[in-house]
Amino acid sequence: MTLLAQSPMSLHDTYAAPVEHRFNPYSENGGTILAIAGADFSVIAGDTRQSEGYSIQTRYARKVFQLTDNAVLATNGFAADGKNFVRRLKQSLEWYQHNHHKQMGLKAIARLIQTMLYGRRFFPYYVYNILGGIEEDGSGAVYSFDPVGSYEREACRAAGAAQALVQPFLDNQIYFKNQQPEPGAEPFVPGRLPLSTVLGLVVDSFTSATERHIEVGDGIEIFIVMAKGRSPESLLDEKLGEGMTIEEVPPVGEGGEERTFLLSGPLKRD
Amino acid sequence: MWGQPMSAYDAFNAHASFPLPMRSAPKAQPVSHTQQPVVTGTSVLGLKFKGGVMLAADNLASYGSLARFRDIQRLHPLGSHCVMAVAGDMADFQWLKRDLGSILREEEALSLTDNHPSLSAANIYNYLSIIFYNRRSKGDPVWNTVLVGGWDEAKKESFLGYVDLLGTTYSSPTLATGYGAHIAQPLLREAFEAKAGLDGKGELPTAEEAEKLLDDCMKVLFYRDARSLNKYQIATITAEGVKISDSKSAKTEWGFAEGLRGYGAQDR
Amino acid sequence: MTVQIQPQEEAVGFDFSNYARNQFLGQHMNGLPKATSTGTTIVGLKFGGGDSGEEEGVCLGADTRATAGDIVADKNCEKIHYLTPMIRCCGAGTAADTEFVTNLISSNLELHALSQGRPVRVVTAMTMLKQYLFRYQGHVGAHLVLGGVDSTGSHLFTIHAHGSTDKLPYVTMGSGSLAAMAVFESAYKPYLKREEAVALVARAIRAGIFNDLGSGSNVDVSIITKAGCETLRNYEMPNERGVKSRNYKFRRGTTAWVKENIRSLIVKEDVKITSGAGKEQPGIEPHPVPVGAGPGGEEGMDVDS
Repeated sequence: MTLLAQSPMSLHDTYAAPVEHRFNPYSENGGTILAIAGADFSVIAGDTRQSEGYSIQTRYARKVFQLTDNAVLATNGFAADGKNFVRRLKQSLEWYQHNHHKQMGLKAIARLIQTMLYGRRFFPYYVYNILGGIEEDGSGAVYSFDPVGSYEREACRAAGAAQALVQPFLDNQIYFKNQQPEPGAEPFVPGRLPLSTVLGLVVDSFTSATERHIEVGDGIEIFIVMAKGRSPESLLDEKLGEGMTIEEVPPVGEGGEERTFLLSGPLKRD
Repeated sequence: MWGQPMSAYDAFNAHASFPLPMRSAPKAQPVSHTQQPVVTGTSVLGLKFKGGVMLAADNLASYGSLARFRDIQRLHPLGSHCVMAVAGDMADFQWLKRDLGSILREEEALSLTDNHPSLSAANIYNYLSIIFYNRRSKGDPVWNTVLVGGWDEAKKESFLGYVDLLGTTYSSPTLATGYGAHIAQPLLREAFEAKAGLDGKGELPTAEEAEKLLDDCMKVLFYRDARSLNKYQIATITAEGVKISDSKSAKTEWGFAEGLRGYGAQDR
Repeated sequence: MTVQIQPQEEAVGFDFSNYARNQFLGQHMNGLPKATSTGTTIVGLKFGGGDSGEEEGVCLGADTRATAGDIVADKNCEKIHYLTPMIRCCGAGTAADTEFVTNLISSNLELHALSQGRPVRVVTAMTMLKQYLFRYQGHVGAHLVLGGVDSTGSHLFTIHAHGSTDKLPYVTMGSGSLAAMAVFESAYKPYLKREEAVALVARAIRAGIFNDLGSGSNVDVSIITKAGCETLRNYEMPNERGVKSRNYKFRRGTTAWVKENIRSLIVKEDVKITSGAGKEQPGIEPHPVPVGAGPGGEEGMDVDS
């Protein structure tokens, strides 16, 4: 007699241990961020779609935030963790300013972020952070973090849902990977591209990610932090893409040093 | 276990002879407060209109698939210019009402004695989001999804926000929770965008248009959400204050059922 | 008590002999392997007849996005499949299954029509599909909207992967089915005119395209009446890509190489003139192939300046 001829039903694990129904404190809210450093500027961008599963929660949720006059943070992953992380970080930066009568430098903010992330090593903030801004020596900088605080200074970084689509593109266009310089020409140096080129690459990264990734779209916000003394003319003269608008973001502190601009525009909504 | 049929696992592996690791690693058993929702309310909707914001919720509190309480108000006023619409566990909703009530009373007392500014909808929403996020971080979530609608007298603009048991927050001119996010939100967005444009900068729907739209959405939800009830209320928040309507019903249409015959080849 | 030994019966019905093994393996791996499911919005709507004053028919609609996980695999695929000249079938679920099952049933319907000497009915297509799908107990992941016109009138069905069917005046399927159904539930009226039906179907698909991440790109529509089937491929294209802000043509020599080896592939050439195509044609100028044509050649690729 075969095992199953008796009663196939008895094999269903209806009577096995009850399914454990644990509360999952995390979610994943899609979207993509990226940042690129220039010689005397830094560009930090993100899309504005917030999603869960196959639903769009909102077409406009900000995930790039101005921290100080020379630092902007992009955050991606679990939106609730992201918002609360940024809230705590801004609070720390405010206390620092009250205590020291100056804004925290970019390098120090990067280290602070590491400390805060690692502080939750065993219940992590499920967030990928990219910090962009101007270093104390006036150079553009990008720092990227993993959820538990490992970080690194880089010339560019993409993170989030479409990281796998965007990062190889940036490796090729920013780090000139798989590209040979013209014979006799100077070797390529990453992080020296003009702002107009960088903005073009950022916009194309997002329109392309929107084409091929379902969680990317709706809108784009590009923050541009310019080093002290750099003329913003080049930016304002830029021929903006269709529907793009630009505004200057007022300084957090006294102002008069670095300047931050916000370039925003629409992306496809499907 | 005697008297119980063997599970598939045991039946196959009765002699522990299969050459794979026999046991999964023992799971740690942390102290868990996690309950599960018991008596629940289904989706709630929210929509901005010219001069204010509207929220809608039906009057049903379900006990699993049982339509247990059919006269529950799930729209709760918070102060003079704010309402929350609550889906999810009704016990946690009652706890929320009590908690927010005490805060609001404290604030009101302060506002009587000095020119203490009253809490705006944005303030209340922010407070709620912190409660929700902190409770999820403790592993003891407040098992609700809440829409907060309000009118900001200082900014002369409406407010509409979403917060859920994970502490996830967002805003949008149209909002819906649960099944509403799948069924009503497409209708709300379509109608809103037709009037206000894709950027939402055009003229917003009027109060009449907004109410008609919500009526339509509540009807569709009643058709398609098995945990819903055709008895609902609409809260309207404007500069004048909060108005929560009496319970009402959508006019439904079942005539087409007359013509349906079977599910396949049958025709009589 | 004696045990009666029954003669061994021939095995009939379902075979569950691998069930326990699969459960066991499932517990030791991270769950059983899952087939990929593609997001989709597909709909169907009956129209005409009654007081509309128009011939009755069915209108089918579909979006054109195919996904693999969260990546868009095809931005403009076709989800309205041909079954017979008067029957179409929209497919949601596993792309391979929807394509294979509609192809197979289409073939069988053609054979059926030939053997019976008359066009097949929609219920025949429906029955063949549901019996095929039921046999595979849901493992053939095809979720279908079937519509068409036959000698008995116009018909619309949904068929789920497990083999169950529904017969309704308006139906939706796929991950965008709730968005599309919301549109139908709020705006459907019996006896719509053809134009109204097409507009409503397109609106339902748009609801899926813009609200469901699994659906996107364009709207395809098919209208079937007694007069025949009209397919409006890319009836609406609300999601065209704008122009890129930069161009990405690479300078010749961008790619590094370690070794250069040029060979003549033609070792020995022997031309024999026979007749026809190879022969010189009177009145036609022979065009020599330009030297260095094609990618990288003189008249080929532009170089980014």
